[in-house]
Amino acid sequence: MDYVKLINCMRCGMCLPHCPTYKETFLETASPRGRVALVRKFQEGELVESEKFLEYVSLCLDCQACASACPCGVNAGELVAEFRCERKQEQGLSTMEELILRKLVPHPDRLEAATAPLRLYQRTGLQKVVRSLGLLKVFPAALGRMEGLLPKLPEAPLRQTISEVTPAVGEQKGTVGFFLGCVMSLIFTEASLATVQLLSTLGYKVVTPKDQKCCGAPNMLGHDIDGLKEAARFNTDLFQSQELDFVVTDCGGCGAELKKYGHHLDGEAAATAFSTKVRDISEVLAAEAGALKEKLKPLPLKVTYHDPCHIAHCQGIRSQPRALINLIPGIDFRELPEADACCGSAGTYNIEKPEMSDRVLSRKVQNVQKTGADYLVTSNPGCLLQLKKALSEATPPVKVIHLTELLQMSLNG
Amino acid sequence: MEHSFIKALSEIVGEQYTLSDPESLACYGYDSTPELQSRPGVVVLPGRSEEIAKVLALCDGAGVRVTPRGSGTNLSGGSISFDAGVVLQTSRMNRILEIDEENLTATVETGVITSTLHREVEAKGLFYPPDPGSMNISTMGGNVAENSGGLRGLKYGVTDDYVMGLKTILASGELLKTGGKVVKDVAGYNLNQLLVSSEGTLGVFSEVTVKLIPKPQAKKTMLVHFPQLEQAALTVSHIIAARIIPATLEFLDRTTIKCVEDYAHVGLPLDVDAVLLIEVDGHPAQVEEDAAGIRDICERHHCSFFQTAAGPEEALKLATARRVALSALARVRPTTILEDATVPRSCIAPMVKLIQDTAKKYDLLIGTFGHAGDGNLHPTCLTDERNPDEIKRAHQAFGEIFEATIAMGGTITGEHGVGVAKKKYLPKLVGESGLKVMRGIKGAFDPRGTLNPGKIF
Ligand SMILES: Cc1cc2nc3c(=O)[nH]c(=O)nc-3n(C[C@H](O)[C@H](O)[C@H](O)COP(=O)(O)OP(=O)(O)OC[C@H]3O[C@@H](n4cnc5c(N)ncnc54)[C@H](O)[C@@H]3O)c2cc1C
Ligand code: SF4
Ligand code: SF4
Repeated sequence: MDYVKLINCMRCGMCLPHCPTYKETFLETASPRGRVALVRKFQEGELVESEKFLEYVSLCLDCQACASACPCGVNAGELVAEFRCERKQEQGLSTMEELILRKLVPHPDRLEAATAPLRLYQRTGLQKVVRSLGLLKVFPAALGRMEGLLPKLPEAPLRQTISEVTPAVGEQKGTVGFFLGCVMSLIFTEASLATVQLLSTLGYKVVTPKDQKCCGAPNMLGHDIDGLKEAARFNTDLFQSQELDFVVTDCGGCGAELKKYGHHLDGEAAATAFSTKVRDISEVLAAEAGALKEKLKPLPLKVTYHDPCHIAHCQGIRSQPRALINLIPGIDFRELPEADACCGSAGTYNIEKPEMSDRVLSRKVQNVQKTGADYLVTSNPGCLLQLKKALSEATPPVKVIHLTELLQMSLNG
Repeated sequence: MEHSFIKALSEIVGEQYTLSDPESLACYGYDSTPELQSRPGVVVLPGRSEEIAKVLALCDGAGVRVTPRGSGTNLSGGSISFDAGVVLQTSRMNRILEIDEENLTATVETGVITSTLHREVEAKGLFYPPDPGSMNISTMGGNVAENSGGLRGLKYGVTDDYVMGLKTILASGELLKTGGKVVKDVAGYNLNQLLVSSEGTLGVFSEVTVKLIPKPQAKKTMLVHFPQLEQAALTVSHIIAARIIPATLEFLDRTTIKCVEDYAHVGLPLDVDAVLLIEVDGHPAQVEEDAAGIRDICERHHCSFFQTAAGPEEALKLATARRVALSALARVRPTTILEDATVPRSCIAPMVKLIQDTAKKYDLLIGTFGHAGDGNLHPTCLTDERNPDEIKRAHQAFGEIFEATIAMGGTITGEHGVGVAKKKYLPKLVGESGLKVMRGIKGAFDPRGTLNPGKIF
């Protein structure tokens, strides 16, 4: 680890009020400044990797709110992740991790096959039985949580049903590649269909290569650097072999990862070129605001927006989604207090650290309720999963949808 | 620290809020002061005043030292325990107890974050002016203890001007109430004001009542570029001499401008010696008149560009330049040593010049920014703590800068406090008699020297 990055922290504390875990605990050990200090003290040999040490370090959501806030360019979350990664490299992956990260995640067909029983489970009504009998309580806690979060799965993953080429409606303005994203394709099929429809309506030919692999974010999360590089190289080659103006994604997590391919592959020219072409769907649509506005029909809804960490903090995209929502005639947009605070989903954090995740989530839910909105818009599958569940149970319930779904509703009138 | 003592503490504040693992102690061994750190013996986070009282009584009886701490953003080492004692953090005491719209006061627990109070009172059309650069994280207790100033200090004054009443727990655990909601009070010594800026050495504040004022109706923010430093400094003096009192009159020198621009991209010029950030507020007609007067003075002093913010968003962007100055400077080199020299405002130009010359003499990179309207400057030396020679030169340079400050009739700290960082300069400033009186006061409040030992003197 680069020691200079650690000593760059001047301990000014500017990051503290932005850190979700600090806001919940008021503990220096659960703050970005504290986390940098912990890692630094470890490097300096003053602290050892005790159980407590690991507990503190793993409480970080890696939401990168601290990075947005830090005027000195320190990224506490990333430093902690890097630290965990380095330790992991020394220990090596476990067999289970090896299996999931190397044998399952990179192969969409296997991943889809693995979730097939789930679809069956839901469709046969088995899910209802299990839920009503409270059988979930019998399952190990983590599995139970995961099951509880799952919305109804679509009939089939989008990757299997979408055509490789979706022609532009009307005069063709350009060609874009569409990056599917595992969870978007598996679970939020409707939202991704909306994304493609919006792009084609605006005059883009949309190319969706079926061979694409997972972006590599799970590998990053699992500290599997080799797996990450493999994914980066594969996707770079696949998309760079086509003539594309942009590569568009509607998954905040994928977007953040794809934009880092150049960095992951140590500045390799092709990877860097690929990364600079990657756009979040909101970036593309916001640039077409004029053309889009003409096509939108009124929607008299009260709407608020939650900034996914991977969109706001990792990609610096904040104004575009709001501008797009405000394009819709008749929309009553209400700014969400602490809109860019993490919702507690954070990859697998909600399963690994349920207690803190719930605290962070309930703050989000309370803030959403303060707005009085009937729709919460966001654009990252992790947030969608987490917030859909929580807000469907809130009183009054709030509907949670992807940004492109809202725009499509307005488009179709 | 003995296990039985830690146990006794945890019986007062709860186990969850008594931290003694090495990791926690490492994280409470610093504040925002460069170079300084030292691990406490234990950290407690009391949730109410009664708990503070019990903790203090216990420690006072056992001869254990206590260092109060808010958010640890101070720049003088004030919240670090240097004798492995107890760090007492107030962050859980964060309730706004009352906003009294009839008396125009607010009463809060001292762990309340300054900007939270701003938000709550502004929602009611009221205004709490003190706004230290750290207001998004500093606590009200820390502000009172350091007598913090802010960007609005020129017109509205500093924390001291707003503290009306305090609840303070003395080292013995006794509660001392001073001041209150009355606007006039001349009964005996003014203990209330004595406690403000006591840097945690006289007592632990648990509640503070502050004065509020009506929120100014209008404001205008301006950013002015000056190719020459002297002209910027003269402008400051002449604005004041013209009887215009802006709410904010801030200064950034060339080095600072460059760093801020590199970081925040707010469109600052890279080819000028200085910029002034000026904000006027009050009645709309007065604001217009003041702004026009300022523009006239700036132009007469050969400013190269005069920008007025079009709306609140642009105003915020301009003010951001000043707010992030320190942290932006800190990007350049790993270790940032920030000072707080304050001179009579007529001496701004010679002081800035002297700082620049001293930087050259010691071959250092020093950026200067600050509250020009108050004469409060922050020369900030950009160094690397791994280079002992450079650090030594930095301290030598600051020694000279402080000598000059005192010679000009200035002071060694305008708002950050003496703490441990500026202890060695204090005798020169206040003299033997000054120190003797201060020590006597300390003895009257805290006879056993329990609270924040080793700070100030
Ligand atoms: C980026 C940055 C910008 C800053 N800008 C400014 C500025 O513009 N103006 C300014 O004046 N300062 C500024 N500061 C300094 C600092 O923020 C202030 O001194 C602030 O008031 C400290 O508040 P805190 O809650 O962090 O207190 P701490 O740093 O925790 O404590 C400060 C002192 O107060 C004592 N203390 C804390 N709470 C209590 C209590 N309840 N009772 C008794 N004693 C207590 C402590 O023992 C310590 O001596 C800045 C600091 C930073 C890092
Ligand atoms: S991480 Fe950045 S914002 Fe946080 S204390 Fe360090 S320098 Fe300041
Ligand atoms: S990444 Fe998020 S949780 Fe982790 S330190 Fe930064 S702000 Fe806190």
